[in-house]
Amino acid sequence: MTHDDAEIALQKRLDLIRAARGNAVPLEDVAEVVRAILDTMSGEISAKDLHVYNELEGLARIIRETKREIAEIRPEEIKDEFLPTATDELDAIVQSTETAANAILDAVESIEAVIPNVDAAAGEALSNATMAIYEGCNFQDLTGQRISKVVNTLKRIEERVNVLVEAFGTDLEGLAAGVSSGGGGDGREDSHLLNGPQHPETASSQDEIDRLLASLG
Amino acid sequence: MAVDKNMRILIVDDYKTMLRIIRNLLKQLGFDNIDEATDGSMALQMLRSGTTYGLVISDWNMEPMTGLQLLREVRADAGLKALPFIMVTAESKTENVIAAKEAGVSNYIVKPFNAETLKTKMSSVLGDF
Repeated sequence: MTHDDAEIALQKRLDLIRAARGNAVPLEDVAEVVRAILDTMSGEISAKDLHVYNELEGLARIIRETKREIAEIRPEEIKDEFLPTATDELDAIVQSTETAANAILDAVESIEAVIPNVDAAAGEALSNATMAIYEGCNFQDLTGQRISKVVNTLKRIEERVNVLVEAFGTDLEGLAAGVSSGGGGDGREDSHLLNGPQHPETASSQDEIDRLLASLG
Repeated sequence: MAVDKNMRILIVDDYKTMLRIIRNLLKQLGFDNIDEATDGSMALQMLRSGTTYGLVISDWNMEPMTGLQLLREVRADAGLKALPFIMVTAESKTENVIAAKEAGVSNYIVKPFNAETLKTKMSSVLGDF
């Protein structure tokens, strides 16, 4: 039955009821009319179909809502401004710590150069002090490695935002495709072991490393 | 047996500042013959260049060739396989130490380290000095 046929049938049924009972129609008669109309559509729209249509409508609503939320966070701005700025700032930190460390090393080396000119006790004191400064300068390497980890994370976020920007407005299903697994693998055969510096609270100490090495024979 | 302080030591790290720190610490420990490489492949070339080295002190996380890859290459090379090799790295997870040990590392120093640790580990590999 087409939509027009159904409408004509419904109109006839309503006219008959109105002729018999006027405008005061009992609920049982309304239910009977609806049942009759549904019966005439049997084979065209099943209850299962209706359920699927409802689900699809629900999904469409979720997609519309998601698009609106994506638009609100302005992914273009994140991609073009926020992430590059953050990466540049972090690179600048690495650069400035390296410059600072080298300035310290320059100064220490000039102190070392005069050690032969002072008496033995003073020379030893200076030598111990300069060695302590060298040890302290380890920070630059660790700072650089930690920041590199953050920069890599930002790059992965940028990759995902790029996919989002490309997919936005066309097909959100494309979001999942085209994004790397994000495992951090970089082609080096031991990349799964390149974790970088651990947090001080969880990092193994030299003593723990020594015990582990000893236990390995 | 006394350690020959004139031995040539190859230090490998992609951070120039770190190379400078290790070089200066080694100088304070009495070792002056020091060469530098900034990744595993450069180090391997130097090791195979004909120069005789008595010790390699290498970082792990470098590109294109890591310290672990360098270590494996060294241990697989008939002319280099007995070369003492100390890993100096921020990688302190158990899996890292096991991987390095399995690859034949002579000793393992976790960053940040101090001169005393460097001296102790060098002594354990080379003998007292």
